[in-house]
Amino acid sequence: MEQVVIIGNGIAGITAARHIRKNSDAAIRVISSESPHFFSRTALMYVYMGHMTFEHTKPYEDWFWEKNRIDLIQDHVTQIDTENKLLQLKSLDPIPYDKLIIATGSKPRFFQWPGQELKGVQGLYHKRDLDLLEANAPNAQVCKRAIVVGGGLIGIELAEMLHSRHIPVTFLVREQNFWEGVLPTKNAQLLNKHILSQGIDLRLNTELKEVFGESNGRVKSILTNHNEHIDCDLVGIATGVQPNIDFIKNSSIHTDKGVLVNKYLETNIEGIYAIGDCAQQTELSGQRKPIEAVWYTGRMMGETLAQTICGNKTAYKPGHWFNSAKFFEVEYQTYGWVNSDRRKPEEEAHFHWQHPSENIALSLAYHKDSQVLLGVNSFGMRLRHVVLDGWLTEQRTLEYVLARWADALFDPEFTKNQLPELLDTYQKTFGKTLQPLKKNWSRILNPFKKSL
Amino acid sequence: MRRIQQLGIVFFLVGLFTFSSTVFVGHFSPNKAQLTALMAEKGITSKVFESSAMETLTNRSFKNISALKTALSVVVESTNDAHRAAAKKKGATKRERKEAYGYVIYSAPKDLAFVLGKASAKGLVAENSLLFFWLSFGLGVLGALLFIVPQVITEGSKGIKNNGIYKQSSTSRGLIAWGVFAYLVSFYLLLYFAPHYAIHWTLLLDPISYALNGGPASHWFVYGFMYCVVMVVMAIRMYIKYRHVNYQLLRTTSVLFFQIVFAFLIPEIMTRLQLPATDFKNAFPLDYDFFFSWNLNKLIDSGGLGLFILVWGIVLTLVVVPVMVYFFGKRWYCSWVCGCGGLAETLGDPYRQHSSKSLFSWKVERWLVHGVLVFAVLMTAATLYSFFTGHSSLLGIRTQSIQNTYSFLIGAIFAGVIGTGFYPIFGNRVWCRFGCPLAAYLGFVQRFKSRFRITTNGGQCISCGNCSTYCEMGIDVRAYAQKGENIVRSSCVGCGVCSAVCPRGVLKLEQGPEEGRINPTEILLGNDVSLIDLLHKK
Repeated sequence: MEQVVIIGNGIAGITAARHIRKNSDAAIRVISSESPHFFSRTALMYVYMGHMTFEHTKPYEDWFWEKNRIDLIQDHVTQIDTENKLLQLKSLDPIPYDKLIIATGSKPRFFQWPGQELKGVQGLYHKRDLDLLEANAPNAQVCKRAIVVGGGLIGIELAEMLHSRHIPVTFLVREQNFWEGVLPTKNAQLLNKHILSQGIDLRLNTELKEVFGESNGRVKSILTNHNEHIDCDLVGIATGVQPNIDFIKNSSIHTDKGVLVNKYLETNIEGIYAIGDCAQQTELSGQRKPIEAVWYTGRMMGETLAQTICGNKTAYKPGHWFNSAKFFEVEYQTYGWVNSDRRKPEEEAHFHWQHPSENIALSLAYHKDSQVLLGVNSFGMRLRHVVLDGWLTEQRTLEYVLARWADALFDPEFTKNQLPELLDTYQKTFGKTLQPLKKNWSRILNPFKKSL
Repeated sequence: MRRIQQLGIVFFLVGLFTFSSTVFVGHFSPNKAQLTALMAEKGITSKVFESSAMETLTNRSFKNISALKTALSVVVESTNDAHRAAAKKKGATKRERKEAYGYVIYSAPKDLAFVLGKASAKGLVAENSLLFFWLSFGLGVLGALLFIVPQVITEGSKGIKNNGIYKQSSTSRGLIAWGVFAYLVSFYLLLYFAPHYAIHWTLLLDPISYALNGGPASHWFVYGFMYCVVMVVMAIRMYIKYRHVNYQLLRTTSVLFFQIVFAFLIPEIMTRLQLPATDFKNAFPLDYDFFFSWNLNKLIDSGGLGLFILVWGIVLTLVVVPVMVYFFGKRWYCSWVCGCGGLAETLGDPYRQHSSKSLFSWKVERWLVHGVLVFAVLMTAATLYSFFTGHSSLLGIRTQSIQNTYSFLIGAIFAGVIGTGFYPIFGNRVWCRFGCPLAAYLGFVQRFKSRFRITTNGGQCISCGNCSTYCEMGIDVRAYAQKGENIVRSSCVGCGVCSAVCPRGVLKLEQGPEEGRINPTEILLGNDVSLIDLLHKK
């Protein structure tokens, strides 16, 4: 029987394992040193916040793995012997493989700050980081102030987590506005305001320079690039993640920042593949980045690679970009590409609408000449993936899309409809009055029916 | 704010303590007039009872209700022994025998103790019932509100706030939760099986009862009143907690309205007007005694209105309920109208996370809930057979004993003691999920012929598990969402909380075309379009 071995039991590795099992009888082994069972990494924050227990973050019950003949091995891979097709493990005997999938994910990226090795300086990615945070910052008595460094998705999660335990948070963001490298400035400013309103000490244009400790090796304070000292008991580092591939560096597998793969997710060695956060694409086109450390892309690579492993060779061709997040109380969804003002190409224009008092906003990116929709950022407004995906594929114009906006709304029933205000703003911007069409199920379910 | 909330807890506990301690206080000195009234009310004609009761029960004081009940039991027992002996006496004529049996007392001593005790209660509480009403109900409600209302500020900006639920004893099966469990179970056991201990509660509520239905409060009136009060207080908590979700606000208002107006006020007012009291929204088979002969006879004997109630009850179950489920899903009943659902969605909301999501529980659920439905249908079939034919048994089993078994096991133990008592340990929908025969019936319609579904939003799920954790019906919502499948499950009551707690906007309760409602997917939206097509065609 063919031996498929997967290193890493995150979303990418487990998705691959599940889909391989659906389509083949191969022996499947998953090796992980992080946790005995697959859990949802994105849910770790909710464990700290007390919304859930760690058990709740496991998407499958523990019997699932045996029933589906997926062998879980709890150990750490120290070396890949590509010559003999053998994995060296830290404690158990070496494991042979016919096909190997590297899905080891990411690790927090540190920038060699002086003092970063002190106790109380930590990232948030692995299960052990959660345990560490529980020890470092169990409450506001032990942790009188926390510093969070890095204005991205993990940074704001960390801020929200600490805030939920009433720990005062100083949030250092390098950019002029929160997440401005990704979001248009207007969106970023909406979030600045929201973060401040939650009682977070948000410091824009601020970077970490140095961390100072006590004699016992615990963090005591930090120094910012404005030469300000801030006393603290925790420094949360959220300045991004990088592929977790140190153990591969000394093998014959080609790596750069991540494990280099072609469009079939194959590495340079036959029978070895890499997926998820640790994979670095060499043949992707469009605006996609070579490394996308996102839950969804990890899953999609797992789905795709399983096809290849099971004999249906398939290239990784992700569809339209989409993502989502939640910034304290503000939900965010994005479909297609809405570039930040800094990165926006010449032909991309934006139409913004924002509710006067609530945290509801919409930014639509469109092509200046053709008016074709390029992407959508929505805040505090849920949108229907299938509809947005269809519009992007069909290259619909702004006018077409806004007239049919009712199709896209995915907010719970009885949510106040913002469409009149939205169309009002459109009218003021473009001098054109749009007649909103009613929600139409045939259009929603058959996005390719042009006649509708 | 914290101080106000702490004060609230103190007030609440004092109120609760006052309320609970009235069970154990007071003394009882029945007099002749009260005894005569008891006999009239319970239809007791035995002279043996009268003289024996006069001798042993009057002109003395019982220290507590259980002493009175014991004394009554002795009297009833000796009375019945005497009459049965007379009936069996050799040479007794048929007429004499029949007359002797006619004197036998069938009322339970606890019910007699309730009536006599209530009439003859003395002591601090009985003589100051208005004061104690305020010290128990008044303080309890005030305390609860002082704790709840400041949450508008303490919980921060509007949005889902489940912070610390699994860190607090009360909401994570800690000591407080077990305490609440013990209290609720005791409360229901007392209510169903030892109502004579509730005498002082009824005394506190007599003025309200007289104002509404023109008579004194029964222990069921106490229950109905408390049900409404508890729901109102906890609905205020819902309004605060979910103030950013209109669906939750409307739904809470709806269950509150149906409980207060339909389940409580209308039946009480009908009683006052000497009409057959009925809860117009309570549908068979949840309303399991609707076809019991005493109810049918009562309805048939009360003229036009009685007939209307009879017809409405049948139409409600056979037409209104399934048609509405076709259009809106069973949520229109279970989480917008139903009284059990109303309590679960208000008092039970803090415990919704305790429903088990395991596959094993789902199996147990299907056997149990469908078993109860079969039980209810068979019982009703036997009941109607007896009603129309006059035979008291079917296939050698007495209809009455089937009814008694159902009333005891399902009506009292399952729906009451377990259904509500187990809130803090097994979640707020134990009854609705494992026991309610109406839910099972609606579930069939919802699963096989309905426009309702919870739509999963393409590929946006991150498997975080908030939806599953907070599903009160124990549905593993995430298992569907992470596969991009819509959730179409017979048990879903459409409370909408999965959608509310989802951090990524993945779930939406809605109605749509039946075609494609159940959509098993292999590859999720967002991936290669041609791959999705390929696997769909496979």
